Parts: sequence; structure tokens; C-alpha cells
Amino acid sequence: MTALAVEGVWKYYGDYPALRDIRFAVEPGQCTALLGRNGAGKTTLIRILAGLSRPTKGAVKLFGQDASVRATRAQVGIIGHGIGIYDELSALENLKLFAGLYALESPGRVAEEWLEKTGLARVKDGLVREFSRGMRQRLAVARAFLHNPRLLLLDEPFTALDDRAIALLQGLLRDALREGRTVLMSTHQLREALELATHVVLINRGKLAHTGERTAEMLADPGYLYRVHGEA
Amino acid sequence: MGMREKVMVVLGAVAAMLLTRNIWVMLTQLPDEAFQGAIFRIIFFHVPAAFTCFLCFFLALVAGIVYLAKKSLQWDAFAVSVTEVGLAFGAINLISGMIWARIIWGIWWTWDWRLTSMLVCWLLYAGYLVLRRAVEETTERARLGAVMLILNFSVVPFVFFSIKWFRTQHPQPVLFGEGKMDGIYREMLYGNWVPLLMIAAVLVLLRMKQENQQREIDALRRAAHSF
Amino acid sequence: MAFIRQMLTVAAKDLRSEVRTKEAINASLSFALVILLLFSFAFDPTSETTREIAGGLLWLAFAFAGVLVLNRSFARELPNDCLDMLNASPVPGAALFLGKALANYVLLLGIELVCLPVFGVFYNVTWYRHLGELVLVLLLATWGVTVVGTVFSALTVNLRLREIMLPMLMYPVLIPCLMAAMRLSTVLIGGEPITGDDVAWLRLLIGFDIIFTSLAVVLIDTVLIG
Repeated sequence: MTALAVEGVWKYYGDYPALRDIRFAVEPGQCTALLGRNGAGKTTLIRILAGLSRPTKGAVKLFGQDASVRATRAQVGIIGHGIGIYDELSALENLKLFAGLYALESPGRVAEEWLEKTGLARVKDGLVREFSRGMRQRLAVARAFLHNPRLLLLDEPFTALDDRAIALLQGLLRDALREGRTVLMSTHQLREALELATHVVLINRGKLAHTGERTAEMLADPGYLYRVHGEA
Repeated sequence: MGMREKVMVVLGAVAAMLLTRNIWVMLTQLPDEAFQGAIFRIIFFHVPAAFTCFLCFFLALVAGIVYLAKKSLQWDAFAVSVTEVGLAFGAINLISGMIWARIIWGIWWTWDWRLTSMLVCWLLYAGYLVLRRAVEETTERARLGAVMLILNFSVVPFVFFSIKWFRTQHPQPVLFGEGKMDGIYREMLYGNWVPLLMIAAVLVLLRMKQENQQREIDALRRAAHSF
Repeated sequence: MAFIRQMLTVAAKDLRSEVRTKEAINASLSFALVILLLFSFAFDPTSETTREIAGGLLWLAFAFAGVLVLNRSFARELPNDCLDMLNASPVPGAALFLGKALANYVLLLGIELVCLPVFGVFYNVTWYRHLGELVLVLLLATWGVTVVGTVFSALTVNLRLREIMLPMLMYPVLIPCLMAAMRLSTVLIGGEPITGDDVAWLRLLIGFDIIFTSLAVVLIDTVLIG
């Protein structure tokens, strides 16, 4: 079963088409890098895949089910531009909250486990408001992974991460891929992202410009795709 | 001229003719109403304006629901147009009511239940226009606007009932009296509604055209900036 | 069932946040008390006048102060894009909405229960003669205010002028609910029970609550997800 199937997705803002007939599929175990210039439509597409926006036309299927069904969200983990954790709650309270929202058994135990994994066990009762940026980023990563999602959607995950957080995230992603989970991340051809990617999807001005495997040329020269497959 | 423009011109012309004829009849043929004098004729605009206003608000509700079902922005254009026209006729109702009150009762405003209900509904739908102003993106504006139209129309019956009950507990001067009207007057009341409806239709079509053009401009502007 | 648990999780989170930061509660309570104080300067609070306007005065204070709490309801989700995380989770929009409405309800009732004795002291009124019925009116009318306020809080959350838009959009819709609450409260605080004609106002409140709760639950997904 395909992990993620994007079937003829269009998104209009008024009469302006931000996305035009996007079609591609991601199989389980793949790591797909979603590439494109600013304004190409990457964030619009990721928001649709995350269930934050509805396509004007077309459908998105997660593991065979239509993505508009709320229950499918339980299989998806998300890291977006904002870290998505509450400043006025403690690290432990935050993770317990999300574990509860994702209907996990024993949210307390899962929360503690993930605080360990992200090196935040020592500050579990500290309010997030008092955390450093790196600590918040690691907590955000914990939030995204704690319900063992089969699909990870990441919107420019490596931008603005410090070294420790990057290493943590790369490690978790490699583990996830090895376990057969699926990853889709939008990126600005950063090396950290392209290294992990097995496939690429290029969006240019709202249209699909290229899908295929991530080749060695792409890794060596990040601008390669843009030159070969139409620029923005 | 396109089909739509032809319809607008024909409706406008027929409305103008009917209105002229009605006003002539009102001024020359209908006898002055015994107790209320010449100004009584204002009722032939006051009441049909209210009918038109609420018909417009009801159509706005329909437009909102259909928009949410079909996501076609034509329905959003219709929603805003029909609401604006509704507000215009509501204003006619309020102002004619106030003129009437001033002449008959000597005061500009009485908390007459019909007038008060109209005022509250007017504020409700003015709020809808303010909401639209505050949302920049077209599709979001249509979506949030449609939700508000549903909420607004749902409260309209509550507004009428609550203000009417309040009035029975705190009696206020009643504007036009509760009595039924004689045949010829009633005929003119509904008769004058017809040209007002036609004018409303013309205004709605005009406003929709403007709204559609604005949307096209916005899309072009956005496309131009994305290169 | 999972729905109730998710709803309570959301409600608990909101209440915990509010109790910890006290942003909305402090402002709201102070505002309500200031309004009660200001009104005492607006007219001479003899017992005759006070009895006539008691309900109106109290509910004006509750409605104005309540907006501060209701505004915060969805606005608190904006920093760090938390609202996106909630919308992207498997929690149904209805559970999210009802959880937030529940938290707002508790906060608003808390403010009202503090204001009543203060009102009694400032205006020298025995307001508790029909306490049971008064509490019923508080529960019903506050739910009406909460439900409409929470829906509009969600609707206006992304707007620039949210703080101005929320009250402006909300109050006309609340007029029937507030009228009923004012009328019933005036009667009860004046020492009379609810009889005859006034029972209609109770029925209006119940009808209003049912209709707007249903509408809100049905429409909330449309409001939250674009």
C-alpha cells in the first residue's frame, strides 16, 4: 500500500492557482525531498498533506485512506515552521498532552521515554518558556515522533536547528527509515536533507516539474535539479 | 451587451415605470388615511423595504450554504452582493421609520419592536461586511463569511421573538398600529414591493459583476507578483 | 469514549495554562469590577433603581469582561503554531471546540461568582434570595455566551484586528441570550421567583443554547481548516 498518494491536487486562492495538478506517490520506507524555490508551493502542499488545508480539487490518500478522515492523522508526525509546543507548560506536560491527544496508552511513560531520548530528562519539569532554542527544537522533535508515526511530514526541518538538534533529528530519521517508516520533507536543498533522501519531487510555480530517485549528481550539486528540470 | 447587462437594463426600466406609476397612484388616487395623514404613504416604501431586506438576508444564508457545499466563488460574490443590497433596503426601512416616528410621535426613535429588531439585524449583517474587510485572502474570506451568514440568520428568529416579548413586558409606542389594512392599501403595499424587488435584483447583479472583476484583478495581481 | 477524553484533555490544558499565567483571568476580573464600580457613578444607586437595573448591569459587566477570556481562547494557540499542531492531530474539531468551550465556561462562571457578592456589597442588594434559580440562569446564559464567543474566537483568530472584531461580531448575535439573562436576573435579584411570562425567557435560553451549540459543533471544522 502506498504510504502517501497525491492525486491531481489543485489549490486555488481566489482565482489564483497556487498548486496545479500535483500527482506523485511515496512508497513506505522512502524518504522524499520536496524541493522548490520560495513561493513555488511547497508549504501550501505540505499544509494540505498535514490536514491543515483542503485541496480545491483532487485528493490525498494516506495509507489508502482519504486524508480528510481525522483518524488517519494519528499515523502522521509533523515538524513545521513553528515548534508547536506550549511555552507556559513544562516539557513533560507538553509531551503528555500530545500523547493524550494522539490517544496513546500511558502518556506519562511515553513522555518520559522521549524526554530521555532527546536529552531533556533533566529539565522535564522546567517551563518551555525558560528553555534555550536548541532545547525547544529537541522537544519539538520529541513531540513529532512520540506517537510512532508511520509517516513524517517535515517542513524545512533543518533550517534554524543547532548542531545537537540536527544530529538528533538525522539519527531519528535514519532509524525511522530503517524501520520502514516514510518521510517527506520540504527543503532548500540543504545537504543534511539530500543525504537522507531516496527520492525527490520538484515543484516549480505550483506545477510538478520532476519526480524520481535522488541521484548522486543532485547530492554533489544542489542546483542541478533546477538547471535540468526548469528553473523558477 | 451581454445577457446579464440586458436583463439589468430591462428590469431597471420596468422597475422605473412601475415605481412612477405607483407614486402617481399614491399621490393622486389613494385617499389620505383617516388618522395618519399624508405621510402615511411612506408605509408603501417602509414595509416592502423590510420584506426585501429579509428576503436578501435569507438568500445570503442560501448563498453561504451553497458556497460551503460547492466552493464556487460565484456564490460568494452573490452572498456579499445580496447582503449589501439587503442592508441598503434595511436602511431605507429604518430611516423611513424614523421619519414617520418624528412626524407622528415627535420623536426620532421609539423602541418599537419591529424597528428595534431591524436595527439589531442591520448590525448583525454590517458585522459580516466588517469581517469580510478584515480577511485579506479571497477563499478564506468566502469561507469565514459563509459561516457567519449561517450563524447570523440563525439568530434572526431569536432576535424577533426576544424583542417582541420584551416589548409586551415594557410597552412602547407602536409605529404603524397592529390593525389590518383595507384592500386598496394592501394592494399598493404588495404592489410597490414588485418594483423594489426589481431594483434590488439590478443592484445585486451590478455588485456581483464588480465583485467578479475584483477577484479576477486580485488573481492577476498575484500571478504577476509570483514571477 | 476517546472523544470525551480528548475534549477533557483540551479543557484541562487551557485551564492549566490560564491558572499558571493568569493573563485573561486577572484582566477580565478587574475589568468586571471596574465596570460595576463605574456604573455606581453613572446613577444614584437607591434600592429602587438598583432593583430595576440589577440584571442589566451584571450581564453587561459579564459580557464585556468575558470577551477578554473568550478572545484568549484560540489566541493562546497562535504562538509557536500550536493551533496547527492541534488541527493536524486526530482530535476532531468538535472535541477541540467543546474542550475550549468547557474551559471558557469554567472561567466565566468563576468570574461571575466573584462578581455577585461584590455587586451585593457595592449596591447593598440581597441577591441570593432565589439562589437556585439564579444559578440556573447563570449556567444557561453563560453557556450561550461561551458557545457563541468560542466560535467567534476561532473565526477571528487569524485576523489582524482580532481584539476589536471579536466583540463587534459576537454581541449582536448574543442579544437574545443577554436580554433573557438580564430580564431573568433582574426578576430573581429583585426577590421574585420566575413565573408565568418569564418562563418563556428560560425556554428561549435553552433553545438558544441547543441551536448554537449544534451549529458551532457542525461548523467548527469549516472555520478551523481552510
